Amino acid sequence: MTSHLKALENESIFVFREIAAQFQNPAILFSGGKDSIVLVHLALKAFYPTKIPFPLLHIDTGHNFQEALDFRDDLVKEHGLRLIVGSVQETIDSGKVVEETGYNASRNKLQTVTLLDAIEKNKIDAAVGGGRRDEEKARAKERFFSHRDEFGQWNPKNQRPELWNIFNGRKNMGEHFRVFPISNWTELDVWQYIYEEKIALPSLYYTHIREAFCRNGVWLAYAPFMNLKPNEKVEVKQVRCRTVGDISCTGLTLSKANNLEDIIKEIAATRITERGSRWDDKRSESAMEDRKVEGYF
Amino acid sequence: MNLLRFTTAGSVDDGKSTLIGRLLYDSKAIFEDQLEAIDLASKRKGEEHINLALLTDGLKAEREQGITIDVAYRYFATPKRKFIIADTPGHIQYTRNMVTGASTADLALILVDARNGISEQTIRHSYIASLLQIKHIILCINKMDMVNFSEQIFQNIKKNYVEIAEKLNIQNVHYIPISALNGDNVVNRSEHTPWYKESSLIEMLETIEVNNNTEKLPARFPVQYIIRPESDKFHDFRGYAGQLAGGAISVGDLVVILPNLIESKITGITIYNESIKTANIGESVCITLEDDVDVSRGDMLVKKDEMPEKNQDIKMMLCWFNERPMNQNGKYIVRHTSNEVRCIIKDVSFKMDINSLTKNTQDKKIGMNDIACVDIRTSKALFTDSYIKNKITGSLILIDEVTNETMAAGMIM
Repeated sequence: MTSHLKALENESIFVFREIAAQFQNPAILFSGGKDSIVLVHLALKAFYPTKIPFPLLHIDTGHNFQEALDFRDDLVKEHGLRLIVGSVQETIDSGKVVEETGYNASRNKLQTVTLLDAIEKNKIDAAVGGGRRDEEKARAKERFFSHRDEFGQWNPKNQRPELWNIFNGRKNMGEHFRVFPISNWTELDVWQYIYEEKIALPSLYYTHIREAFCRNGVWLAYAPFMNLKPNEKVEVKQVRCRTVGDISCTGLTLSKANNLEDIIKEIAATRITERGSRWDDKRSESAMEDRKVEGYF
Repeated sequence: MNLLRFTTAGSVDDGKSTLIGRLLYDSKAIFEDQLEAIDLASKRKGEEHINLALLTDGLKAEREQGITIDVAYRYFATPKRKFIIADTPGHIQYTRNMVTGASTADLALILVDARNGISEQTIRHSYIASLLQIKHIILCINKMDMVNFSEQIFQNIKKNYVEIAEKLNIQNVHYIPISALNGDNVVNRSEHTPWYKESSLIEMLETIEVNNNTEKLPARFPVQYIIRPESDKFHDFRGYAGQLAGGAISVGDLVVILPNLIESKITGITIYNESIKTANIGESVCITLEDDVDVSRGDMLVKKDEMPEKNQDIKMMLCWFNERPMNQNGKYIVRHTSNEVRCIIKDVSFKMDINSLTKNTQDKKIGMNDIACVDIRTSKALFTDSYIKNKITGSLILIDEVTNETMAAGMIM
């Protein structure tokens, strides 16, 4: 492994062990995407030969790619993990949130309510996420150990200073932490690591044939719950996912890359950011910060 | 490819954002959609040119006020090296943020406006870099285009800074005349400065060697977490997980376990399912010992002839971070490596005036952004090194007992 990946891995394993030592009831936020899969891999390394000493928490929007769900179930089985699922559909059914309507309707924002409910119900004191600082400008300001108040909210203007490798996870009753072990990794680091460590990924990341339609220059997967505008038509395309989220907000890349070497070449040459095709970030200049303040991932 | 972490410091209008923007842009770390977004935002604000600072100001409040509030981390790579920048704001809460950014940096990039020369801020930034033991400083003398690329001006600033560096005991200073706006000497050597014979900024960042002889330091292994599988396959396994904070340790080494001074022998070192012979500084490993001894989080494995100091009275340079001032004789929680103890503030020897580099022994009130020499007494002894010898075993933070906020950072003397 190249020395920069080794350094990042050492740092992330250190963070995972701090999580286990400083919190009573952590959980890994698992989406089925590559970053959360890398998190699970790092946690396996951090605690070997013990099993990962905390469960996975998946917030299921009900609009997930089946491939991601299947992958999740296989991973849980393979490593003897415990899986907690928070269902956005249940949150909607209980009347806590109202489903968005219109062409750009997405359950992305509703997830925050389900996530905070799941954290409260399962008494999770550290929700470990795969957020990276290179992803988005608000995330560039995020700490490894990020404090959330009793309402699950982030106060970006008053974060605890984080020095050397000393992480302060102390909190009062009802508060919790979000912890980001791969804060310092870039998209390319994640892919190179997946390549070097031979980490399995859902087939969505590799080229495949899919029904898709184009909206404002972004290709989106077609699914029965996606409302098409009159001028949009479904076409069969050869695509792959660069990020994997909920179907309603995951942009597809037209790509023939069917192996990790080709994907790495593609990422290294791209001139568009990873989240550039994510609908959830395009809503406003501070879309990510606004959601994070409310308690989003 | 290895990793270099550096911090950037400069005053408000010295072109720091422009320089970072250029480093990111020229190394293709700025993407088209990001450029489009900040182009739109610049136009909305009625600005003529693309404002690269909008790229680095991640928070709404920062963009609204046009100021940087908090440390932001940025990433770029060249074919030779990978870089993490801790980008620290120039004015508001400069000390708190720069100390934070500097704590993980191998190198500090300090900007000086060629028209103004060394300023109070330059001295302040250099002091913090030396306090945090950053081994390399690159002094970027920026806006050379505004002074006709005058060698005389460059040499004068350099001469003035040599004195400061000597006073602060900073050993490796590199000087470079640049224009961040036009790119002179940033990636390529500029034709405007034929008198400058050294490397461009990027070449310097790519080649400066920062990890000198760290494996020769005394071995320090703070125990972070105990691994006990209690499974059939690993029934009697008891592993000590941690990241090596100094030197190297090998299978077969005799070690002393602090604080109980128990001796044992290392029987295995593993990273995941792989056994290795030697672990070096920075590696996160799991260690097994020959004897079934009592070891818990907060303990430290060291070698017998390389013992750290055992201290209950600790003198340190302290940087205060919180709006609530330090409580004289107040009690705080201390976190030192994986250890947590309580402490009481005993005395303030002096407060540092970081503009004039003088020590004030009269004023003992320590508030936000102050740096002072402080004595504490801990509830139980800590095993420490001086910060100069080891940044991990020589550093600690103070935490408020009620709010749990991180109040201060200390560098042990």
